Amino acid sequence: MTSNLYLWLIPILPLIGAAINGFLGKRLSRQAVSAVALTFSGAAFAMALYVASQFSSLSLPHIETVAPWIRAGQFQVDFGFYLDQLSLVMLLVVTGVGFLIHIYSVGYMWEEGGFYRFFSYLNLFMFFMLTLVLANNYLLMFIGWEGVGLASYLLIGFWFIKDSAASAGKKAFITNRVGDFGFLIALFLLIQHFGTLTFSDLFQKVSALSPETAGAGLLTAIGLLLMVGAAGKSAQIPLYVWLPDAMEGPTPVSALIHAATMVTAGVYMVARSHAIFERAPEALTVVAIIGTLTALFAATIGVAQTDIKKVLAYSTVSQLGYMFIALGVAAFSAGIFHLMTHAFFKGLLFLAAGSVIHSVGGEQDMRRMGGLRTKIPVTFWTMTIATFAIAGIPPLAGFFSKDEILWRAYQASWIYWVIGVFTAFLTSFYMFRLWFMTFFGTYRGEAESGHGQDPHGHGHGIHESPKIMLVPLVILAILSVVGGWIGVPGSLGGSNRFDHFLGPVFRSTAPALNAAHTAPGETAPPENQTEGTEPQTGHSTELAFTGISVLAGLLGLGLAYLLYYRRPELPHRIATSLGSFYEAVRNKYYVDEIYAAIFIKPLIDGSSKVLWKGIDQGVIDNSVNDAADGARDVSDAVRRMQSGNIRSYASWVALGAACVLAYMIWMGTR
Amino acid sequence: MVPLSYYLVLSGILFACGVTGFIIKRNIITIFMSIELMLNGVNLSFVAFAANWKALSGQVFVFFVMVVAAAEAAVGLAIIIAVYRNRETLNVDRVNLLKL
Repeated sequence: MTSNLYLWLIPILPLIGAAINGFLGKRLSRQAVSAVALTFSGAAFAMALYVASQFSSLSLPHIETVAPWIRAGQFQVDFGFYLDQLSLVMLLVVTGVGFLIHIYSVGYMWEEGGFYRFFSYLNLFMFFMLTLVLANNYLLMFIGWEGVGLASYLLIGFWFIKDSAASAGKKAFITNRVGDFGFLIALFLLIQHFGTLTFSDLFQKVSALSPETAGAGLLTAIGLLLMVGAAGKSAQIPLYVWLPDAMEGPTPVSALIHAATMVTAGVYMVARSHAIFERAPEALTVVAIIGTLTALFAATIGVAQTDIKKVLAYSTVSQLGYMFIALGVAAFSAGIFHLMTHAFFKGLLFLAAGSVIHSVGGEQDMRRMGGLRTKIPVTFWTMTIATFAIAGIPPLAGFFSKDEILWRAYQASWIYWVIGVFTAFLTSFYMFRLWFMTFFGTYRGEAESGHGQDPHGHGHGIHESPKIMLVPLVILAILSVVGGWIGVPGSLGGSNRFDHFLGPVFRSTAPALNAAHTAPGETAPPENQTEGTEPQTGHSTELAFTGISVLAGLLGLGLAYLLYYRRPELPHRIATSLGSFYEAVRNKYYVDEIYAAIFIKPLIDGSSKVLWKGIDQGVIDNSVNDAADGARDVSDAVRRMQSGNIRSYASWVALGAACVLAYMIWMGTR
Repeated sequence: MVPLSYYLVLSGILFACGVTGFIIKRNIITIFMSIELMLNGVNLSFVAFAANWKALSGQVFVFFVMVVAAAEAAVGLAIIIAVYRNRETLNVDRVNLLKL
């Protein structure tokens, strides 16, 4: 506990980079801007590695308080940092993947305007994200939470001249506001009932409470409100709509913010609040249901998208759904495990997709790609690894984490498992569809590709991306292969080290430790027997389920192979035969339109007709105008007294004197 | 002995004549004379009270008023001459340069 790791340096370093690039970047050369950005994000990564190397010698959780922030009576919030296994994992993922994507961005954004602005925002994002994961209280976490939203807004709208990008940024920001509202209310409830937002104090107090198994109570309410916040940030139903639109941003941004890190903040937050959720089983059920629905829903939409980034966006939403399934069945470490592997392979997928887009001159429509396998081999091979990883093909990273989630989901309810496996099949199908459409067959685009949506037109033929973009791809590809090996389950001869590593975080506050507080005979929640330890069910059962989920993945591969490689004319026929259903899926179930009709249109109408025309113009403006008009009318009448005629003034004086006199006489005679 | 009230009534009548003349006449000299009439109406009530209560202060007041009235007549007539030279009229309604 005595060792001081200077944790505050980790978020501050990227902030310095952001400040330098933001204030001075305009005058610096591109080389200098990228050097600054890479130095500071790399330094943060180095710090994270240093922290990791010192980790075993720390007494956990390791807390460093830098300065007091708010002191109001008993209530106190500090600028403090909290390091345990969970935040270490997040720290490494954020700084590691973030650093790789910084490197990639140098190549990707090289020919863009606003180069320094991009890196300033990117570093700013790193600052807020690291604040979020390292905060030792909910309020500081909330700062980071809002800050990453801001950075996300700035980066989605990076090409703000494009109307669609600007409105996508606004959509993301406003949708997140809805979630933040829930988060804030949860914080208010925590302050009111526990008087603290500091994790260690708070969870200690929460641990003293018994689970709300009998009925929903305070903790359930807090849990549900936190979930509202998480649903906003992590793009879950019903607030997922911003994420696909967020693809308007530059592709590295999609990789870093909208796939690998920021959108997982909700998962992290729920996992961090596990002490609350463990005592609110109904809130957990809601989390699981939302996760399940989102996973399935987004996967079906992903099947019919043709924009390469939109497919990946819906895939991200779907994979985040998986993480929430894991959280919902109290398999927190499985959720974080998937978060980590997903950061690797989805970050890789986006970067590879960016490389593809880069190579074909800004084209994003897969229908105008094809046959790129031989032309951009490095991109092809890395993307292949990522595709196999997300499809859950062993022994790649996605297999282990997804299998872990499915197995734990099955233990909670077979419905989660069925939908999960079906979603795994869909995931595999649309990913291989993307893969086949992009890399196989014949090239369907124009030879000389023009300037597309992504302003990357180079006017010359298809070309492999520069080395600076390929190196991060390769590193992430390696991570996508080996990343899962730290969590090999017991049924496959491993020991699930990842689960054991995270175990102490989640077990320390598990209700089981407070068995003394619970009434005898009350059934203990499932996590105390399964979290970190092997389930009682035999390995053979687990192996069978593993087999089924792998089979689902292979089935998706096979179907995609059949439809998009062997018989490319089939998908069109199927689409026509499905008719309106296909249309609905392709149009994302018209969710945007429904939201527009239910929420946005009444809001706009209410604002323009009631608030603007009615209240602002009708009441406020009118009252001001009427006051002015009234003053003028009264003055018009009164100014006739001021004739400029001395004798009329004298008359008034005489009249006044007469009145005073009359009054005095009247008073005197009374 | 004439009762005090007679003087006061006469004083009131003189004052009212002055006010009426001030208000209805247009000739600036007539207005000036109306002012003198008002002053003297007040003077009359002063001396009447002074005689009635055997107090000298009322008479002293009258002297003051007469001095001020004399000064006022000098200044006022000078102004009237200046106005007449400029405007060639003694009608106050046409001396309206400052009016909007």
